[in-house]
Parts: sequence; structure tokens; C-alpha cells
Amino acid sequence: MQRPAQILIGSVTALVMGAGALAGAGSAAPEADGARPPTVTILPGLFAYPNPGEFLRDGHPVAGPTTLVSFERPFEIMKYQVSVADYEGCVDAGACRQADAPRLRVPNNPITGVSYLDAIAYARWQSERTGQTWRLPTAMEWAFAAGERFVGDAADIENDPTNPARRWLSLYERESARGRTAAPDARVQGSFGTNTKGLADVGGNVWEWTATCYVRATLASDAPEVVSRVENCGVHVVEGRHRAYMSDFIRDGKSGGCAVGTPPDNLGFRLVREPRSRFGLAGLKRYLRGLATPATD
Amino acid sequence: MFTRREALMGVATAAILTTLPPFAVSAQADEAVINALPRVKVKLVAPPFVHAHDQVAVGGAKVVEFTMTIVEKPIILDDEGATLHAMTYDGSVPGPLMVVHQDDYVELTLINPDTNSLAHNIDFHASTGALGGGELTLINPGEQVTLRFKATRTGTFVYHCAPGGPMIPWHVVSGMSGAIMILPRDGLKDEKGAPLSYDKVFYIGENDFYIPRDESGAYKSFESAGDGYEDMLKVMRGLIPTHVVFNGAKGSLTGENAMKAKVGETVLIVHAQANRDTRPHLIGGHGDYVWEMGKFANPPAKDLETWFIRGGSAGAALYTFRQPGIYAYVNHNLIEAVELGATAHFKVEGDWNDDLMKQVDAPRAITTN
Ligand SMILES: [Cu+2]
Repeated sequence: MQRPAQILIGSVTALVMGAGALAGAGSAAPEADGARPPTVTILPGLFAYPNPGEFLRDGHPVAGPTTLVSFERPFEIMKYQVSVADYEGCVDAGACRQADAPRLRVPNNPITGVSYLDAIAYARWQSERTGQTWRLPTAMEWAFAAGERFVGDAADIENDPTNPARRWLSLYERESARGRTAAPDARVQGSFGTNTKGLADVGGNVWEWTATCYVRATLASDAPEVVSRVENCGVHVVEGRHRAYMSDFIRDGKSGGCAVGTPPDNLGFRLVREPRSRFGLAGLKRYLRGLATPATD
Repeated sequence: MFTRREALMGVATAAILTTLPPFAVSAQADEAVINALPRVKVKLVAPPFVHAHDQVAVGGAKVVEFTMTIVEKPIILDDEGATLHAMTYDGSVPGPLMVVHQDDYVELTLINPDTNSLAHNIDFHASTGALGGGELTLINPGEQVTLRFKATRTGTFVYHCAPGGPMIPWHVVSGMSGAIMILPRDGLKDEKGAPLSYDKVFYIGENDFYIPRDESGAYKSFESAGDGYEDMLKVMRGLIPTHVVFNGAKGSLTGENAMKAKVGETVLIVHAQANRDTRPHLIGGHGDYVWEMGKFANPPAKDLETWFIRGGSAGAALYTFRQPGIYAYVNHNLIEAVELGATAHFKVEGDWNDDLMKQVDAPRAITTN
């Protein structure tokens, strides 16, 4: 998995790392059959990535640090969320469990009612039948590909170390203001338009599983630096109209999985396709450098 | 209680201060005052037993330290082998009973070892604020947290896991509940204020479980708690438990594990149910003094035949055994008691009292004349 170079920043400053172009516009691959779903190539670029998870400073919750991330290589991601027809192929092949029954089973709708575990089972099947490597995007890749439609966690949560309740009240107000979608039923692929990178339905009413584990980290008192972190890989980051953290076996977004926040309307996913030659010398160097970077996905 | 700063204002203002409602006193805990309190560490014991404690408090308020480790482990619920991926406080279902006195500070360190797979927390019905402490105690596998709360009200109270959304009922019906008893500093009292005491205390946690079955009617087993989640949720939504048991399994307080007492001994029975109403009844005995709602500021009801424990609460019943024998302590929905498992036994030794009961004429053929 490509690990982009990154540094932690308090506020976003334009700091160019590597050879990435600043604006990473996408380019769509030609349409293809189910085994080769349409993908979009996300071009290299630099972006400010609000880290997912929960962050504490001096024992109090604070907004997560933003990391300036440079994607130095392009990556390929499905243009659409995996469809009902695609997923049912996997079910028919005996490699995926039947999804929770949607109200409307329309072949060209995105599949919903799937858990993280279902999503990785699908990725395994998709990889096996194509001989390629398909996997869930990391939250970082998803955020980069989501471009202008990326939302993440809200950063404007009130935090008063002497009164923890202010934070809960503020979160509650924000969540109730957000409310639920008027029409939570999934709609046919493409209904929510495409973003500037060419991805369809980002931020529609289907939230997407990512490969990134939930993390709770303690930040240094005086810097946006992570001093300790505990990962809980039984919970993964879900991205969409807002960020959520859901237990891996949850299939119904509405019923939730985490305490706080408006739950996602629906849970679905799209996959990233790994480039073939990832272990060339340059790739290996990049991989090792990635491992040495602290706060990666 | 005054903070130290206010206490320093002296006796001259004491009269004025005592006329203020309690919330007018500074809400900021004076850590120095709390830090100066004596601290005691309590080692919890598994139910139906209860750690050693004073019925009447000795000395002033204390900080009472408890540690509970959350253990996720499979448990067997009945002799058919129905298995639950249980979520437990300190390895037992129910979690251990904690005992403190009013005005003590409860300081719990909750540990979620990285061998667990789920995030957990604790909501104390006895505490005030932060969803009973749930907001301040959610921990992932590999984390620990320490919560302190002041035992402001007396009584028996439920605690349970409440990690949000549908996780809440799921964790609770997977075994994650227990109880705390906050005694009045001067001990229990009858309806006239005369002191009451007990020789023994037994703590009975009742759980309703919802184990999915396959097409043939056999209980399903799952590789992990998460694997069984959806199926269990379907059974839960039907609101008909497959098991209603005491102490985590059918028959766990019968036979060799029956609770023991002697004629003349007074027993306090604390009964907790975090999720569902129940109606304890001691077959062949009574509740001499019963705090049905569990709260000792209310006078106990007397001479009850059956008492009602509301789901999400714990109650206490005081009884002095007057006859030897085997007593069944049941949830007096007898279907739940007999078919679903909610039966415990007391084995009581001592001399029979003919005055209370005697078989005047043994069974024989009906006399016709
Ligand atoms: Cu729990």
C-alpha cells in the first residue's frame, strides 16, 4: 500500500513535498464490464488531511491534527460505489454474504446494508476473479479522492476543560442540526453527480467503508504531535457526508455503531486498485520510507 | 459538604450557608480536600458473594478504589450448551457488587485489555452526570480509564455498559451489567428508623439472554460476538428471551452452588436486573423488609410475598430464616423460573418449628363415613 509522505501541521500552509502537482485532477478510465469496473485515476498532489479518530490533549478531547499529505504517485479508484449487481455476483459465487435487504433491489443502485467485513470479502473476491489487487481505500486516499466534497469531522466543537458537558451539548446541537436525509433510500449510481476528480456519488446518501482503523491518540501538550496512540481495528472509519466510526460487523448505518453523531443513512463502499508493479526498487524505497513515517493510516 | 475555602469562612457564616440550597455551594471539587481523604482499596469478589464491608461506616468519608477488568469470553448458559460470547465486568455475569457508604467517593479504574475486541464503558445509575459516567469511560481494547464519582444517594443501583446506539442493549444482554450498594453511613433502618443489620449478603444478578437458533431449533454458535450480532439483534427485537437466569447461567445458584444460611440468620438479598422487569419471590419465605426500588431513603415495605424489580434497577430484601429446608428463590413468572432458568436455591440448616407449620395428618386414602 502506498504511504504518502506527510507532516503534521497546525494550520494549513502550502508546503510542497516531493514532485506532486498541487491540484490533483482525476481522469476517468474507459467504461468496462463488471470484472473491470470504471475507475478514476487520482493524480499526485498535496492536500491537508484532517486525521480521523479521537484526540486528547492533557486528558481532554480536542480536534484531530491536520496532516499535510503528498501523494507522489497516482492511484486508481472505482468511479462508482460497488453496485447491487456487482455485489450479488459475489454472493452468487458464494464469496459474500447476502446484504441486508434494501427496500429497493435495483441492479444499478449502490449496494447498501454491508459491513466492513462484507466489503473486504468483496474485495478479496474481486481480486481473485480479476487477478488484480483490489482493496478498500484508506481514509486518507478516500479524503484525497473526495476532493471538494470531503467533510471529515467537524472541527468547531466547543471544548472547555473545566466543563466536559459543554462539548457534549455542542456536539449534540451540531448533530441534531445536521438531521437526517429526507430520502435515505439509495439511488441509482450517478444520482449525486461527480466531483472535480471524476468520482461519482461522493457525499450522497451512501457512506463508504475505509481500511483505516479508529484510533485514540494523545497529543503533546504544546504541539500537534502524537505521543501515544491506541488503535481499535474492530472499528473502521466510514466516510461520506460526514465522518463516522463504525464497528466492523455493522451493516445498517441507521442503527449506528458509535455513540455520538448522526448515523450514516446507508453503508456501502468502493475499492482502490493497486498498481501492478508496486515492488520495483523505487516503490520499495517509498514503502520503507512510508513505514518510518509516524502518523500514517 | 463545604469546600475548604468555604469552611475557612468560619462558624459566623455557617448558619447562612446551611440555608442555601446545596447547589449554591461551589461545584468545583477541591482536589486537595478529596486527596486528603483516607483511601481504601477494595478487592471485588465474584457473585453471588460480596466483598467484606462495614454495615455502619467507620470514620468519615473515604475514597474507595475499585479496579475492574473487562473480559470478553464465551460462557455456557444451560445444559443444552447454548453459548454466549459474553462481555463481562471482571470476568463474571453479573459484574461484581461494589459496596460503599453515602458521601464516599467511588474511584473505579476500568481496564479493557487488548485481548478484547470491542470498546466498552460504564454507566453508573448511582452517579450524577455524563450519562452516568459513560461519556467519560469509553475505552478501546488496550486502554484503561479512571472515573471518580461521589456516592450522594443511598441504595442499590445498577451499572452497565452503554457504548452508544444499538451497542447499548447488545452489550447489556451480553452480560455487561452489575450493581453497587451505597449504604447509609449509619446502616440500614426499618420504617421507624430503628437499625437493621444482616448476617450475610447475597447478590443476585438476573439476566435475560437472546440466543439465536438455526432452522432446526438448535442454538447457533458463532466465532465471535460480532459474528452473532445481527442474528441476536433479531431475537432481541422480538423481546422474548431464550434464557432468564440468575448469576449468568441456568442452575448456577442451585445444587452445590446453592446459597447457604441457618435458621435465625438474617440475609440481605440484593437483586439487580439491568434490562427487564422481574418479580423475585422466596418460596416458603417472605421479604421481612423490602426496598423494592432499592433506595434506602425510603422506608422498607414489610412482609412482602413477591417484590417487583423494575428493569434497570436493583432492589434489596432482608429476611430472617425461620425454618430449615430448601427454599427456591425465583422470578415468580414461573415460566421464566422453570423453563427459562430464573431459579436459585437456599439451603437452610436448623431445627424445624412445628408452631409455624406441621403436617397434622400424613397423606392417606380419603376417609369416607
Ligand atoms: Cu460493553
